[in-house]
Amino acid sequence: MTLLLDEISVSVDGAALLRDLALTVGPRQIVGLIGPNGSGKTTALRCVYRALRPTGGVVRIDGRDLDRIPLRESARMIAALTQEGGSDLDFTVGEVVALGRTPHLRGNQALSATERELCRRAMAQTGIAHLAGRGVLSLSGGERQRVLVARALVQEPRVLILDEPTNHLDLHHQLRLLSMLKESGLSVLVTLHDLNLAASACDRLAVLSRGSLVSCGPPAEVLTEALLRDVFGVAASIVPHPLTGVPQVLYNLGSTPTAKGNPA
Amino acid sequence: MSAAVTLLVCSLCVSVLLAIGLGAAAVPPGETLRYLWAALTGGRITAEEVTSYQIIWQVRTPRVLLAAVVGAGLSAVGVAIQAMVRNALADPFVLGVSSGASAGAVLVTVSGSLAALGVYAVSAGAFLGALLVSALVYLASRGAAGLAPLRLVLTGVAMAFGFQAVMSVIVYFVPDGEATSTVLFWSMGGFGAATWGALPVVTAAVAVALVILRRLGRGLDVLALGDETSASLGIDARRLRRGLFVLTSLATGAMVAVSGAIGFVGLVLPHMVRLRAGAAHARVLVIAPLAGAVFMVWADLLARTMVAPRELPIGVITALVGVPVFLLLLRRRGYLFGGR
Repeated sequence: MTLLLDEISVSVDGAALLRDLALTVGPRQIVGLIGPNGSGKTTALRCVYRALRPTGGVVRIDGRDLDRIPLRESARMIAALTQEGGSDLDFTVGEVVALGRTPHLRGNQALSATERELCRRAMAQTGIAHLAGRGVLSLSGGERQRVLVARALVQEPRVLILDEPTNHLDLHHQLRLLSMLKESGLSVLVTLHDLNLAASACDRLAVLSRGSLVSCGPPAEVLTEALLRDVFGVAASIVPHPLTGVPQVLYNLGSTPTAKGNPA
Repeated sequence: MSAAVTLLVCSLCVSVLLAIGLGAAAVPPGETLRYLWAALTGGRITAEEVTSYQIIWQVRTPRVLLAAVVGAGLSAVGVAIQAMVRNALADPFVLGVSSGASAGAVLVTVSGSLAALGVYAVSAGAFLGALLVSALVYLASRGAAGLAPLRLVLTGVAMAFGFQAVMSVIVYFVPDGEATSTVLFWSMGGFGAATWGALPVVTAAVAVALVILRRLGRGLDVLALGDETSASLGIDARRLRRGLFVLTSLATGAMVAVSGAIGFVGLVLPHMVRLRAGAAHARVLVIAPLAGAVFMVWADLLARTMVAPRELPIGVITALVGVPVFLLLLRRRGYLFGGR
């Protein structure tokens, strides 16, 4: 499935959060959205999982205007892992994962045997099968994050939207999640703070700065020392990974510019 | 779960029967059943039984049934409102409904308006007051993002203060004992005024609310996870919250109009039920109304028998019994609401 952000803009109370963002996520492609805090990454994702309606431009899914598709129907195609804190209510892990079936079910319709099997598989895949009966409020941040990933998988989407999915995850689970994404065959739009992980996991990177797209392409073309200096305000050297050849960022603490955008 | 439901249904039936029999003049359960049967089937009773019969059928039966209905309704509405505003401290009156009802009732008492409605005038005033406050809260908290949960709660609290002030002014300037007792009744609540005539409307309102809320079970689960998550799962949180607001306001208004604002039940019963049954709304919304009904029937029985022939305000009982039980449960089981 192809996701197209067709020149979308978002402004709230006169402040432009996103300006004419054009971005395509092709079938089975992983596109990483990177940029400093407040650059509009989450805003762009929210337009795709429809928590926000863009004030200009359209989001298209296989050419169809998302705005003209019922919310329930689009939720069957697009699943999201948001930054939202989660509930105050102590649902069990199994219950939260099962809620991923919501767009496929009517009212209080019970899960079928196939769907329950689907939930079991998703929990096994994310390594939380042993937690199924536990309350979500008693989990660690990383475990909770994996519960949300399992819920998104159970939704059986064609497109996956992930907002900082590696938050709270230990190294092992960060790598496991990203390799799972690569094997999933889904179209993925993901925001990541860790540029090295982003370079390894994504087919393409899109760089946002103050609401505008400043660079987009394969990691090797996008990640340059100049970009890191200008957009992120850090001094770094880029070296190829000794095994895979993807660009990796080595930060130079001593010579990091004092103010963003004003290299010393 | 079905075992729990069966148990609750049985204990509700037994509780209702016992509560109808017990009181200042106790009637044995067998006799109670016979009177009820006579009333329902038009059977005969002897002349010396007439007084007991009238106490059972005209006074206690509507009162106990009303307690059950309101207990069920307040518990279910409490569950729904806690999910709607995503706040553990919310109860059916958090949106200011009770203050509006009291103000409406007092205004009718003092001004003598709505006289055409006869004995239902004060109830009607309370209902209209409750709806007026709901409408004001709705309009005042509506914003670009729909009814934002926190804004709803804050507006409701502010509105409650405003209407309490209005009420105080009325009571202050009208040197009328009746106004003061009306205020007291509507803000503490009670079933002392229960009649058969008051039952149908509130029963219908509560029944409709229960059926709809139960059907919305999964939607409430999703709503409790937050608006962003709701959107990603295909649920329009704004629309659902709007519907819930109207539904819970009408149901609460109908209940307040006949029994005043009985506190604590709608706040704590949902938590007690979640302690035993988990958080999933499809389950909670079956158990909470039953548990609430049983609880309220016993609370009302205590209220009218503990210091008989006088009657305690039922809010006193619900708090005195419920708070310690709740605190105990809270400590015993690792109940988590809002994190660790």
